[in-house]
Amino acid sequence: MASAVSGLDAATRAGYEPVIGLEVHVQLNTRSKAFCGCSTTFGAPPNSQTCPVCLGLPGAMPVLNREAVVKAARTALALGCQLRERSIFARKNYFYPDLPKGYQISQYDRPLAEEGGLEIPAAAGNPARRIGITRIHLEEDAGKSLHEGFADSERFSYVDLNRSGVPLIEIVSEPDLRAPAEAHAYLSRLKQILLFLDVSDCNMEEGSLRCDANVSVRRRDDPKFGAKIEIKNLNSFRYLQQALEYEIERQIETLENGGRLRQETRLYDAASGRTHPMRSKEQAHDYRYFPEPDLPPLIVDAAWREEVAASLPELPAARQRRWQSAWGLTAYDAEVLTGTPAQAEYFEAAAKASENPKVTANWIMGELSARLNAQGLDWNRVPMPPGHVAELVRILDAGTISGKMAKEVFEQAWKTGRSPRQIVEESGARQITDPAAIDAILDGVLAAHPTQVEQYKKGKVALLAFLVGQVMKASRGQANPELAQARIKARLD
Amino acid sequence: MSDTYPATIAAIRAGLAQGEFTARALAGHYYERIAATEAPAAPAANAWLTLCRERAEVQADRVDALARQGQPLPPLAGLPLAVKDVISMRGVRTTCGSRMLEHYIAPYDATVIEKLETAGALLLGKVNCDEFAMGSSTENSAFGPTRNPRDPSRVPGGSSGGSAAVVANGSALAALGSDTGGSIRQPAAFCGVVGLLPTYGRVSRYGLVAFGSSLDHIGPLTRSVDDAARLLGVLAGPDPRDATCADVPVPDYAAQLAALPAGFRIGVVKEAWGGGLDSQVEATVRRALDRLAGAGCDIVEVSLPHLHASIATYYIVATAEASANLARFDGVRYGLRAEAESLGEMYRKTREAGFGAEVKRRILLGTYVLSSGYYDAYYRKAQLARALLARDLDRAFAQADLLVTPTTPGTAFKIGERISNPLEMYLADIYTVPADLAGIPAISVPCGEAAGLPVGLQFMGRHFDETRVLQAARLWESLHTPPA
Repeated sequence: MASAVSGLDAATRAGYEPVIGLEVHVQLNTRSKAFCGCSTTFGAPPNSQTCPVCLGLPGAMPVLNREAVVKAARTALALGCQLRERSIFARKNYFYPDLPKGYQISQYDRPLAEEGGLEIPAAAGNPARRIGITRIHLEEDAGKSLHEGFADSERFSYVDLNRSGVPLIEIVSEPDLRAPAEAHAYLSRLKQILLFLDVSDCNMEEGSLRCDANVSVRRRDDPKFGAKIEIKNLNSFRYLQQALEYEIERQIETLENGGRLRQETRLYDAASGRTHPMRSKEQAHDYRYFPEPDLPPLIVDAAWREEVAASLPELPAARQRRWQSAWGLTAYDAEVLTGTPAQAEYFEAAAKASENPKVTANWIMGELSARLNAQGLDWNRVPMPPGHVAELVRILDAGTISGKMAKEVFEQAWKTGRSPRQIVEESGARQITDPAAIDAILDGVLAAHPTQVEQYKKGKVALLAFLVGQVMKASRGQANPELAQARIKARLD
Repeated sequence: MSDTYPATIAAIRAGLAQGEFTARALAGHYYERIAATEAPAAPAANAWLTLCRERAEVQADRVDALARQGQPLPPLAGLPLAVKDVISMRGVRTTCGSRMLEHYIAPYDATVIEKLETAGALLLGKVNCDEFAMGSSTENSAFGPTRNPRDPSRVPGGSSGGSAAVVANGSALAALGSDTGGSIRQPAAFCGVVGLLPTYGRVSRYGLVAFGSSLDHIGPLTRSVDDAARLLGVLAGPDPRDATCADVPVPDYAAQLAALPAGFRIGVVKEAWGGGLDSQVEATVRRALDRLAGAGCDIVEVSLPHLHASIATYYIVATAEASANLARFDGVRYGLRAEAESLGEMYRKTREAGFGAEVKRRILLGTYVLSSGYYDAYYRKAQLARALLARDLDRAFAQADLLVTPTTPGTAFKIGERISNPLEMYLADIYTVPADLAGIPAISVPCGEAAGLPVGLQFMGRHFDETRVLQAARLWESLHTPPA
C-alpha cells in the first residue's frame, strides 16, 4: 500500500485519468432553523439555541421553514436544475450523539431538484465547460460533538445542539471533473454563485460550506470508472486540492504496483497531507431511508417557482458578460470585480456614477483593493463610498488634476473620509492648464538652469524630462506635465 | 353538598355555573376516588402512574373564580380528566410506560394539553399504558398491568388501558388516549366505555410521543357519546406545530348529535364475520344491527376485499416508523443512561435495560423491514397494500355513509393469558387497524355483553366526518340505554 506520494513518472501518470465528483453541503443563511423557530446565529453559548424540536425531545414535531425552501429553490434554479413539483422528505437513520432524533430529516429518492449544471473556466489543460449537477436536496444539520477543551475531556465528550436542525442543501455533482484544479474551480464557482444568491455565508472555517469528494482513476483507454473512493473532511479549498492530488497519486501507484482498489470512505488528514481509511463498503451504514411521516410532501407549484425565478439576482457570469460587452472591461477585470457580491455592487455603483467603467475598475482593483487588503477590510466594510471613487474619476477625466495628484487626493479621501471634489477645491490643488501660467513658471526654471538649457539646445534631448520635472516641482505638482513639455519644446527647439 | 357529582361534561359545567359545587371540591372528590381505586385491597387498579394535584387544583380555582364572578365558563370547565402517559405535560413525568423514561420530566405541554387547560379541564394525572403504546393489554407497561374494573383478573385492553380503566372505574370522567392500531377503541370496548378515533390530522399530535407517526392519533375516552363530542370539539383544529394537522373547519359536534337523518346507510363489512370472531360477540353485534335497522337505519352489506392484509400491513408500517421514532432513546440527552466504557456499549446497555420485550421485538421488526434488500419486499409492499385498503374503503363509502364492525373479535382476556403469544394479540387488531391505516374516524361504543363482559360496536366514517360517526354512536347509545 502506498504510504506517501512518490515519484510516479509523468508518462505513467498521464496514462491515467482521474474522475472526480463533489458533494457539497451548504448551510443556508436563514434566520431560523429548518424545522423549528430557533435562531441559527453562529457562535452562541452551547445549547442556548435549542427547543424540544431540535433537541429531539419525545413528542416534538418538525415544521418546515419556508425561507429554507425558497433559498434551496433559488439555488436550484440558478444552477439550471429541474425543480420537482412534489418532493419528499425522508428519514436517514443512524446513531450518533450529535444526532438527537437518531435520524436526520433529509431527502432521498425524490429530492427538491435534479439535472443542473455549472460552467467552469479552463483548468489543468481542460477547456472551459459545463459540469453536471445530479441533484440538490434539502436536509437538516446535526449538532457538534466536543471531544476537547473540558476539564474531564479525557473521560467525557460533550454535545452542542445549537447547529442541530440548521438547514442544509446538499449539491451533488456528476463525476465530470478530471483534475484537482477543476474540482477547485468548480467549488470556487459554486461558492461565488451561492454568495451572489445570498443563500449562504459559505464560510468553510465555520462549516457553512463543506465538501466531500468522490474520486477514482482509470486507464485512459478504459471506458469503465474505477473503484470510487469517498474522501471526507475537506474543509478548505487547499485541502480539497491537496487531498485529491494525494489520493490520485495513491490510487495510480496502487494500481501500478499491481494492487487493487475497493470502494471505501477515507478521511483527509491535513497535518500529514494524506488520506486514511475510515470505512469499507462492507462497513457502510444502511441508512434505512423511508418517507418522513411527520412532514407532508413539499409542493413547489408553478406560481411559487415563478416567484422564486423572478427573485433571482444577476449572477456573476451574466454580470461579467455585460461589463465586457457594454463597458469594455477585460475578462480578467470582470472576473476579479465579481469576486464577491459586495465588490461587484461597489464597482457597479462607482462605474455608473463615474461614467468611465474602465478607469473606475483600475482604481478599485488598484488603490482601493490595496488599502482594503492592508487594513484587513472586506468589501462589505469599505470606508470610502463608491461615489467618492466615481468623483475622483470624473475630476481626473475633466483634466482638473493630474494622475499623480489624483493619487494624493485618493489618499486624502481615504484618510479623512472627505469627498475628492472638496479636497481638490479646498487645497487649490487644481491642475495648471493655462499656457501663459506655465510660461511664467517656465521663465524662472530656464533662468535657474542655464547649463542644462544650453546642453539641451546642443542636442541632449534627454534633459527635457529634467526640465519638465523642474516645472512640476516649481508648480508644486500642479502644472499639466504634457503642457509643460509642449511649452519647453516650443521655447527651446 | 352531597359527594355525588354530575357525571357528564354538560352537567358539571352547568352545576359549576349555578354554584351548586366548586371545581375544587370536585377535584378533591376525584382524588379520593383515585385513592380508593388504587388501594391495594380493591385490588389496586394500577391505572394511575403520576398525579398532578397541585396543577389540577390551580386550574380548579381558576374555574371557580370565573364561576364566582358570573363569567361564562369555558366548554370543559371542571372536567376531571386523565392523560395517557405518552402525552407531554410540562413539569410532569412522562414515562410512556417505560423504564427508559421512568424519571423523564417533560419540559413542554402537548398542544392538546394546552387546549384542554384553556377549555377549563382539570388534568388529574397520568395513566398507565403499554410501553410506548405498543400492546393491546397494558401488560407491556414497565409499571405492571392495569386491571379491568369489570373483572380485576382481566386486562383492560390497550394500549390506552389506563385511560379506559379510570373512566370505567369512575376515578376520572374522561381520559385522553392514543390510537395507532386500535389503542383507544379496543380498551374502550373491553372496559365498556366510549372511545373515539378522530380522522388523522383532525387533532394535533404535537407532544404525543411518537410510535407510528403516520398512524398515531390522540382521542378521548368517555362515558357518553355527548362527552366525546364535546372533547373532540376542543381537541380538533389546526396546529402550526404539527405539519400533518389539517386546516379543516371544526363543526359543533355536540350540537349536531341528535340530527342523524332518517334512511341512514350503514355498511356491514362482510369480511368481518367469521374468522376469529367470538360467537357471543357476534350475536351481540348482530342484535345491535337489528335494532339500528328497526330505528330506521338502512343496513347494507359492503366488502373490504383487502381486510385480510391489514394486520400484516399495519405491523410493517407501524414497526418501521417505530424503529426510527424510538432511536432517540439512546441515553445521550435524557432518560435512562447505562454506565459504559464506550459509546457503542452505552447505546447497547441503555436500550437493553430501558426497553421491554415487546418494544424490542417491534424495533427489530421495523429495522428489518426497512433494511437494504428487504425494503421493497416489506415496507414498499405494505404501502401498496395500505393504498389498496384505502381504495376498498372509498368504494365501501360510496355505498354507505358509515361502516360497522365489532370493535374486537373477543372480550377482555385474563392477565397473562396471551402475553407469550404476541401474534395472537396482533391478530385481534383486525377490526381496528383499517381505520388507522386509512386515516378515517371511528368510534367504539358499548353494545352489550358477552359472557358478562363488555362488547364494543365500531362505526367508521369518511375523512373528517366525525359528525356522522358521533351521530350514529349517539343513536345507538339512545337505543341501548334508554333515558332514565
